[in-house]
Amino acid sequence: MSEERKGALGFKQDTPAERFFNGLIVENPTLVLMIGMCPTLAVTTSAINGLTMGLATTFVLALSNAVISLLRKVIPDTVRIPSFIVVIASFVTLVQLVMQAYVPKMYEALGVYIPLIVVNCIIFGRAEAYASKNNIIPSFFDGIGMGLGFTCAITVIGLFRELIGGGTMFDVQIFGEGSVVPGAVGYFFSQYQPIRIFIQQAGAFIVLAVLIAIMNQVKFNLEKKGKDTSKFGVGGCCSDVEIKDPHKVKEELLAKEKAALEAKETIKPDFKAAEKEPVPVNSKEENK
Amino acid sequence: MTNTIVGLLSIMITASLVNNVVLSQFLGLCPFLGVSRKTETAFGMGMACVFVISLASLVTNAIYKFILQPLDLSFLQTIVFIMVIAMLVQFVEMFLKKFVVSLYQSLGVYLPLITTNCAVLGVALNNVTDGYSLLESTICGFATAVGFTIAIVILAGIREKIEFNDIPKPFRGMPTVLLASALMAIAFTGFSALR
Repeated sequence: MSEERKGALGFKQDTPAERFFNGLIVENPTLVLMIGMCPTLAVTTSAINGLTMGLATTFVLALSNAVISLLRKVIPDTVRIPSFIVVIASFVTLVQLVMQAYVPKMYEALGVYIPLIVVNCIIFGRAEAYASKNNIIPSFFDGIGMGLGFTCAITVIGLFRELIGGGTMFDVQIFGEGSVVPGAVGYFFSQYQPIRIFIQQAGAFIVLAVLIAIMNQVKFNLEKKGKDTSKFGVGGCCSDVEIKDPHKVKEELLAKEKAALEAKETIKPDFKAAEKEPVPVNSKEENK
Repeated sequence: MTNTIVGLLSIMITASLVNNVVLSQFLGLCPFLGVSRKTETAFGMGMACVFVISLASLVTNAIYKFILQPLDLSFLQTIVFIMVIAMLVQFVEMFLKKFVVSLYQSLGVYLPLITTNCAVLGVALNNVTDGYSLLESTICGFATAVGFTIAIVILAGIREKIEFNDIPKPFRGMPTVLLASALMAIAFTGFSALR
């Protein structure tokens, strides 16, 4: 793949600009990689919620990427997952306290989803896939690019849901009764009846389903032109894995016990292996 | 006494049906979408969640009440909770592997996936925000996980039914599952009258 070596959009690989546009467009976490779906669904009831959540995530992502990249040679491989979690959780707490102090209204509106940035797959995924292997400056810009890609995507989703479901745009009434648009167009707009379901929970699922269907179509079109689409996600999440057959697990368990007698077991690799190993099988299946 | 029982019952109904963890709070979506291919595995995942979430609710609430609050360290709750949950899952896995092998055989495969399940952390944080007592938070955790099990088993049933249907190509896979969840979410809003 010549594109891979060259980097995103023809920029030189691993420069700040390349990382920035890679996160924003080429590997957009929400629209292309399709990770971090929980906040995408939960906080996009309005554009301003999406924007705030996106910026908070960007802040955490950029700084945790930078710190993890600085510490990547100090952290032993076996305890890297807990170490990453501590770094990420510290920055999330920072964001939480700052938001509580300066934008208490937004903090209340987003509620539990602010502390839940800790378990956002995007942040952990970038720490694992990029920051733990690269220098601080590209890692930092990778975080900013990915974060802003996420922000743009969820702000736009929020904008649509708000507009269809409530007729407002950033809390300004556009459609429906009391439209701010003047004249005949305004009269026309004011006849709109907001489809309330779009700002309710079911609306989130519907909007995301349509969005993924559109991205699937884009993917098919790209495939027809013979372009590489291996980066595209399938709309799952980080733990979208095939569960093994319980009987096989029993056999494996017996085999493991035998091995354990011979050598002492380590604790961590278990978690890691379960997370990574079966994913490719699954994604291939979905791509068909 | 009756009052406490009624209170606990209302917590249970609210946590499992009215505020269903997946369909109304969007927590734990990853296993909900990822492990709902077969009813059997979905049920196993649900049971593993019941086990871990109840235990995690109890432990995190105890830590908050007896360590963080007296020492005035409650701002550390996010960091402490996520670490405790990660350790707890590891510990439960090791414990089951060693002492309750039959349970490990049925639940073991799901345990590593639960660390990344945001429902566990979400419930722990909600318990603190709502100011629940130890018993109340354990019940709330249990009921939340039961709600998760209900949702994931229903979705798995639907997915098994529609697996061989002729669906337009772009909608195959995840979009159809999401549309099914949307219909389930609409159905579950009916429970809000119970509140």
